[in-house]
Amino acid sequence: MGLDVLDLTRLQFAVVTIYHYLFVPMSISLAAATAALQTAWLRTGDDSYRRLTMLVGKLLMVTFAVGVVTGLVQEFQFGLGWSAFARFYGDVFGPTLAIEGMLAFFLEATFLGLWYFGWDRLPRLAHLATIWTVALGTLLSAFVILAGNSFMQNPVAYDLDPKTGRAHLTSFRELLLNKVNLAAFPHTTAGAVMIGGALLLSIGAWRAWGRPVTGESLDETLAFARLARIGAWMTVAGGGLTALTGDRLGKIITQVQPMKMASAEALYHTTTGAPFSVFALGAVGGGKPPFFSIEVPRLLSILAVGRPGATVQGIDNLQAQYVARYGPGRYIPMVPVAFWTFRAMIGAGMLALALAATYLWLTRKGRGLDLTSGPIRRLLRAIWLIPVLPAAANTIGWVFTETARQPWIAFGISKVADGISPGLTSAEVLTSLLAFAALYGLLAVIWLRLVLYLVRQPLTPAPSRTPGASSPAAESRATPDVVPTY
Amino acid sequence: MDLVTVWFALVVLCWVLFFGLEGFDFGVGLLAVLLGRDDHERGAVVATVGPFWDGNEVWLVAAIGVTFAAFPDWYATLLSALYLPMVLLLLLLAGRGVALEFRGKGSGPRWRRRCDLALAGCSAGIVLVWGAMLSVFVRGLPLEANGSVLAGPGALGGLNRTLGPVFSRPAGLGALLALFAALVLGSTFLGLRTTGPIRLRARRLTVALAGGGTGVAVGTAAGAELVGASGPLLVIAVAAGLTLAAITLAAWTRSEALAFAVAILAVAAAVVAVFTANFAGAIGGSGSVLLASTLNPAWSLTLTGAAASASALRLISLAGVIILPGVLVYQGFSYWVFRRRIASERVA
Repeated sequence: MGLDVLDLTRLQFAVVTIYHYLFVPMSISLAAATAALQTAWLRTGDDSYRRLTMLVGKLLMVTFAVGVVTGLVQEFQFGLGWSAFARFYGDVFGPTLAIEGMLAFFLEATFLGLWYFGWDRLPRLAHLATIWTVALGTLLSAFVILAGNSFMQNPVAYDLDPKTGRAHLTSFRELLLNKVNLAAFPHTTAGAVMIGGALLLSIGAWRAWGRPVTGESLDETLAFARLARIGAWMTVAGGGLTALTGDRLGKIITQVQPMKMASAEALYHTTTGAPFSVFALGAVGGGKPPFFSIEVPRLLSILAVGRPGATVQGIDNLQAQYVARYGPGRYIPMVPVAFWTFRAMIGAGMLALALAATYLWLTRKGRGLDLTSGPIRRLLRAIWLIPVLPAAANTIGWVFTETARQPWIAFGISKVADGISPGLTSAEVLTSLLAFAALYGLLAVIWLRLVLYLVRQPLTPAPSRTPGASSPAAESRATPDVVPTY
Repeated sequence: MDLVTVWFALVVLCWVLFFGLEGFDFGVGLLAVLLGRDDHERGAVVATVGPFWDGNEVWLVAAIGVTFAAFPDWYATLLSALYLPMVLLLLLLAGRGVALEFRGKGSGPRWRRRCDLALAGCSAGIVLVWGAMLSVFVRGLPLEANGSVLAGPGALGGLNRTLGPVFSRPAGLGALLALFAALVLGSTFLGLRTTGPIRLRARRLTVALAGGGTGVAVGTAAGAELVGASGPLLVIAVAAGLTLAAITLAAWTRSEALAFAVAILAVAAAVVAVFTANFAGAIGGSGSVLLASTLNPAWSLTLTGAAASASALRLISLAGVIILPGVLVYQGFSYWVFRRRIASERVA
């Protein structure tokens, strides 16, 4: 096959992580959306909110399940393919994963079960608290695991054991408060909100304005129109926050990993008042300038440092610095990948924001969509694209930040090649890679078909509420449940 | 008592909770298609674990997580030396989780039937793989000095590196014992959690399994005694026989809670035994053995050798002391909220 065991293991980590991180941001935003919808129901008494809560809650449960099972794989990944990394950074990564599990995962899993099955069992406010607890759990989980990745980008709060050379954690608090983590967490959360929002927008708009699916009532149409606007607001707000927090993160990364930002711009020479190339044709990776480039003067300096006259370090200068600091070697990531993923991430995100904002404008003040208009019909036909865009942006963003950190697995300390499990063979990794790819592909198809089925249904009451269920007062401890459909 | 020992105990506790709680989840997953005669009954069986299975599965995350945190070398060696079996386990866990969660949200009886079959198949697979792996934990692996296992030549050697140990005969025995344990845990759990025909069938199955198991255990003990085989085998056979007899009796006399309690405690004891099986094999002052090296005893993984630094242990001790009791409380609360039995009989 020509790929050695290191390439295969890296590819496998990329594949399983990217896949996991399609369902995770959706779960984060759908959990918050479900909680908000249920809160709106309790506060306004408007039944359409309750019916939307049911739908969004079911979407949450099926998405969360895929996130959970792919997340298990993540936890095992370090030991499976990267056991040298696990040994070397066990002090740092071990507690991070353990605390994420003990704190966040238990919270999410237990309270999600309480929420879905507990409609009839818990008082209203307590039941509401369960779904908010799930939402809180997802955020805690994100914060803690991002601290782990942020350590890889900018190692903090550690020292190296003089005897074994391994990294020892000196302060968990400082690990969590890594400035990269403090910038990355809001950025990824905002990005997650975009995905959920875009999904709800597309579902709502399709059901409200598309061809009628189940001969639905006006009530349902109005409920879906409301869902679409909620989703659109989530996308717009998420998009705006993603941009602001992305700007902040970019500046921090310029400080701690200047090579990444230089590669993102394919800036080979240190430049004062550096321009930002929006689009370039020609050898971005070759060290010679591209033959066509749309450049905005001084914008890179503004993005990277915050001042138009600032100096941004170039790839070649940094390479020389790193050779002096770390010894001979090539410290340059794949520049074309960095260049294009950076732009694709921003482009996809901003396009999603623009589409959502357009929808909000077109449906402002209770206006319906003019279905006789050509452009509007085209927009509706492309409605499926809207959730794909932020999902792509999230994925591409991770591809950018991980590949542009190469060759480092922990910046300035260890290289990727040092982290792989000793004794691992390419036959094994190829087998596992194909197996994961096949299963994940199957799961994606099943998930998608189930989601399409769920969003076609009439909005219905809670699944645990069964026909003819007796009131709580009449039920004694000895009376068994009528079976809820699970 | 030093932090290393305390953390070993906590690690084992997490594994005990995982195997005990998920043990009945897997058993129930298997038994849905075996005990449930129609869609309604199968739905009732699955509903018994509906609110809990995800929270129970997190004990696996916790167990792996604290193993990583407190004994990074153990985590690293275990997972990389059992690479393909662990990958298989993850694939099966994924199938099980998705089948359970998607079951009731799809389009009708055919969808549910497919999910039930997937659930049963994956649950069976998970239990068999874990049984085989636990047997490998006890027997050890050909660990090199750096904790890794090297492959034989060629692609087959590459695949055999980690698959070989779980396809041995002792591993097969472990797999079957685990399957038996999961079925008993599942049937005692269902006897406790349902009413109607499922409750009856579950109780009968418990009596059949545990009763049959008692016979096998007594036979093994007698045989061991006759051939003068080693002490541990006799002790285990006798203990198993007494336990299974107790479960049989409890199920027969309709003390379902007692039957379940004995079953889950027996699983807990078995897990503790697996994890401490090699403790006696300590070489000199190098500490208790976690995972033995079949190549050279000096290369075995030990408690002190695999442990994280003292500062790391102190750090996670604080987290563990604060967080884990809370987890037990709210998981217990969740079981209390859904304590009512699930009716498997049809309500007219």
